[in-house]
Amino acid sequence: MSRIPENLKYATSHEWLSVEAEAGTVGITDHAQAELTDIVFVELPEVGRQLVAGDNCAVVESVKSASEIYCPADGEVLEVNPALTDNPGLVNDDPYGDGWFFKIKIGAPSESLLDAAGYASEIGES
Amino acid sequence: MVDFEHWEMPVKYSGIVEEHHTVRKAAGLFDISHMGEIWINGLRAADFLNWVLTNDVSALETGQAQYSLMCNEVGGVLDDLYVYRIGAETFLLMVNASRTGRDMLWLEEKLEEFGQSNRVVLKNVSQDYGAVALQGRASEKILSDAIGGNGLIKVDRPSDLQKNEIEAFALGDRDVYVARTGYTGEDGFEVIAPAECIGDVWNRLLTAGESEGLKPCGLGARDTLRLEMGYPLYGHELSEQITPLEAGLGYFVKLGKGEFVGSVELANQKEKKPNRKCVAFRLTDKAPPPRAEYTIWGRDTVWKTGDLNMIGKVTSGNQSPSLGIGIGLALVQSSFAGMGTKLEVNIRNRNVPAEVVKKPFYKPKD
Repeated sequence: MSRIPENLKYATSHEWLSVEAEAGTVGITDHAQAELTDIVFVELPEVGRQLVAGDNCAVVESVKSASEIYCPADGEVLEVNPALTDNPGLVNDDPYGDGWFFKIKIGAPSESLLDAAGYASEIGES
Repeated sequence: MVDFEHWEMPVKYSGIVEEHHTVRKAAGLFDISHMGEIWINGLRAADFLNWVLTNDVSALETGQAQYSLMCNEVGGVLDDLYVYRIGAETFLLMVNASRTGRDMLWLEEKLEEFGQSNRVVLKNVSQDYGAVALQGRASEKILSDAIGGNGLIKVDRPSDLQKNEIEAFALGDRDVYVARTGYTGEDGFEVIAPAECIGDVWNRLLTAGESEGLKPCGLGARDTLRLEMGYPLYGHELSEQITPLEAGLGYFVKLGKGEFVGSVELANQKEKKPNRKCVAFRLTDKAPPPRAEYTIWGRDTVWKTGDLNMIGKVTSGNQSPSLGIGIGLALVQSSFAGMGTKLEVNIRNRNVPAEVVKKPFYKPKD
């Protein structure tokens, strides 16, 4: 069973969004990192880029494959996680903490985001 | 699990990178039962094989093995394989799972042409045999603990086998073949056994290897390990449209042994020099790993205009777990194949710098 924190919102494409006031943090779920296996490179969006929910905004490369990451909310990229450049394995080690991808100034989160229970059921772990 | 040519195969057990490092530091066990096995027997078996394969089968003594290629008339590679000489008139071919059917049809067709069908017998036994690969420096000890007894062909114990040698050992009332071969660059063995006892072989090796840090490994690590050695994978570096000379496997093409299928075209290509070559390259900057089908670009060197042209494609690529950088094999125009040549790899519409390097990328430590 993978970890699915209660306080986050989830996209069916396996990204999580944490909403704090006007900013949101985006990463990929524990389930996603386990499926991708050893992550060796993360390509992050440029700071200042305007994203629309569902935009292809990052790429995660594992020894297995390259996978696209979709933005779970509308908004402008405020900051990207600099630690992932030298240590992409943080995504495997701590997907909801040190392995976060980027922060956005939230316009509107995608309405189709799931809560923890909904995501658990989506990945067959409810 | 993934479907690989209708074989259900694990990509990983504990994790690709972890399995990779385990093989480099201790030992790993791979299920390679998907590989095809073909028996070739008879008075003219050696002559037939020497005509249908590029390497020199006559150089093999009983109990020895060699890597070889099977080419079509124009020198394109039908399959790459291992030839094991089990006896004076008995050979075992280990071929790629995806090519077994094609290989058998080709061999039967060629045998008809060879005209000695009463003196050569072909038999596809892929469904009757399973195989495992035990790879890594701890392999000798593990194998010796798991499979004892005296060899039935030449050597006494598995540990007496030299690289590229094969021996039969009794396991219960069945014979299993143990060869000191592999696809990882590390010392190791491949065990080929009747399907009904391959599970027993797997379990014995896992048990014997427990104290040595042996781990089961999947297709993912098999691929990263072979890539670090620059070994070709059929369907990537090799195909019916690619010759062994283009693939950089000229060493296994013995043009001096006499005529063989494809030899005229290959001799011709060798003389004129192939206009494309398979090279090893590494990324020189931190960048996403290269992948098969990415395009390779080079600066014009003939007119020195500095123009950037597409000069080839990546055939295999990944992040090297041992080196921590992006590495790959690519088929490029021959003028860009020299050591140290600067290349660019197009990764998602961005060109990243790379350079041609020597194989292997990684040298296993003794």
